[in-house]
Amino acid sequence: MSERRTAQAELLHDRQQDLLANAEHEAEVRGLRDFPIVDVDCHILETVKFRDLAPYIDHPAIKRVFEKYAVPGMVLPGSVGDRDVAGRIFRGPEHMLTSGHADLPLFMRELDAMAIDYASIFPTPMLSLGLHPEVEMEVALARAYNTWVCEEWLARDDRLKAMLYLPFNDPEASLAEIERMGDRPGVCGFMVTSVRKVPLYHNRYMPIYATLEERGLPLGFHTAVQWRDGPLEQLNRFLSVHALGFPLHNMIQLTNIVVNGLPERFPKLRWIFFEAGVYWIPFVAARLDNSYMMRASEAPILQRKPSEYMREFFYSTQPIEWPEKLDHLETVFDMIAGETQLLYASDWPHWDFDLPSQIYDLPFLSEQGRRNILGRNAMDLFGLPELPQHMAAAAAAGASA
Amino acid sequence: MGETVGETVRYRVGTIEEIPEKGVVLSQAGDVQVGIFKVKGKLYAYENRCAHQGGPVCRGDVVGRFEEPLGEGGVSLGLVESNERFDIACPWHGWEYDIETGEHIADRTIKLRSFPVYEEAGAVYVDVA
Repeated sequence: MSERRTAQAELLHDRQQDLLANAEHEAEVRGLRDFPIVDVDCHILETVKFRDLAPYIDHPAIKRVFEKYAVPGMVLPGSVGDRDVAGRIFRGPEHMLTSGHADLPLFMRELDAMAIDYASIFPTPMLSLGLHPEVEMEVALARAYNTWVCEEWLARDDRLKAMLYLPFNDPEASLAEIERMGDRPGVCGFMVTSVRKVPLYHNRYMPIYATLEERGLPLGFHTAVQWRDGPLEQLNRFLSVHALGFPLHNMIQLTNIVVNGLPERFPKLRWIFFEAGVYWIPFVAARLDNSYMMRASEAPILQRKPSEYMREFFYSTQPIEWPEKLDHLETVFDMIAGETQLLYASDWPHWDFDLPSQIYDLPFLSEQGRRNILGRNAMDLFGLPELPQHMAAAAAAGASA
Repeated sequence: MGETVGETVRYRVGTIEEIPEKGVVLSQAGDVQVGIFKVKGKLYAYENRCAHQGGPVCRGDVVGRFEEPLGEGGVSLGLVESNERFDIACPWHGWEYDIETGEHIADRTIKLRSFPVYEEAGAVYVDVA
């Protein structure tokens, strides 16, 4: 059995490498290996090795479920929708789904092909766990996943980082998770899945923000979609659900954060919003500012307009929109202070992933701006060490100048 | 190795039998990787580089165009897969190109780089400028 698995893994390696040859070419022609590239959002498929979480689960009934069968559909709210357009999009072996895998050596080869130096990994099906009606399930899985990621991924390659999963339906358990895992090597912050219905402005959550601020750890909100949720149920194509759903959930969480004055209460806490592109940000800023000017009495904690707080948040770039006129995108970047606040993300291996060239090729960015977005902003945000090859490249460039 | 003919280089990329119907053969023509497709017996040659993010478009499937014909009064007659019109779909992101023109099916201004391709005595050649 293990021999068969090894043969399959090798086949996967070979074909994936073949499919990524084009990514290597795109990196080489742009010289993308001369400076640091940080991918702040890519994904492992934790459910491939779901049974491996069993030893890390401390809830007795849930542990038994994982030891006995670990069927993802039994413990995670499913996310319907064909991501791969009836088989048109695939990875590696013919028609392998884009949901991904959990093979660390292959994952590192994929990152290498794209010239990515550091990568912050996130789960995939667990992005919908926040809708699970059993709070205990979210807590148990979050704790198990966090330990598993630290021991099986971060500990095996120091280029990998992670913002660990907070079981946000239980604020006290979330706080305990920060205390338990916040100092682990490779942990660069904590993450809340945006698809959930929690009053993150409730006083029970304040100790979480205070603790993260004190520890200097960013708090990220990673969006996703759940088609069978709220207004999205009215849409009949995944195209529509994807276009609206990903920004929608980030909009809701961000709006509660800003309007309830959390950046005033925790001014040093750094907020990051993942995977909704960039066009939604100025839309929300304009809408909130306009409403705030008429209804400032409903948000008395605010000392500035909502958009001013939003310009201090961080946002991942993927999937960056493809406008017909690039000067429209340039305006968006200007409105959101893109050169300092945007963080490149690949979202690899998902169906709408972005190569670093999507940022590098934007003609309106300064050289420093594109390097900031591709890596420097994240290096500073997460406190990542310089890599020797980039120091050598910088020294060589300085010597020849 | 190609043969220089005027301003182009002619590459022999295989035989007509090697290219399956609705399939592709990938061939290196100098610096360019070219996908040679055969659809309804006709040959097409495109660079294996998607206009979107440079993906391996020629590694994708040749698919029948999805269409949604309308009946009288704007009524949808449902989704059908064409037996006449075929596209290449890039496996990276699904950007889909008309096999006959190399144009993106949703924006005809976006095109794959194409090459003249022809058969002579069973051998298939592409010209790369």
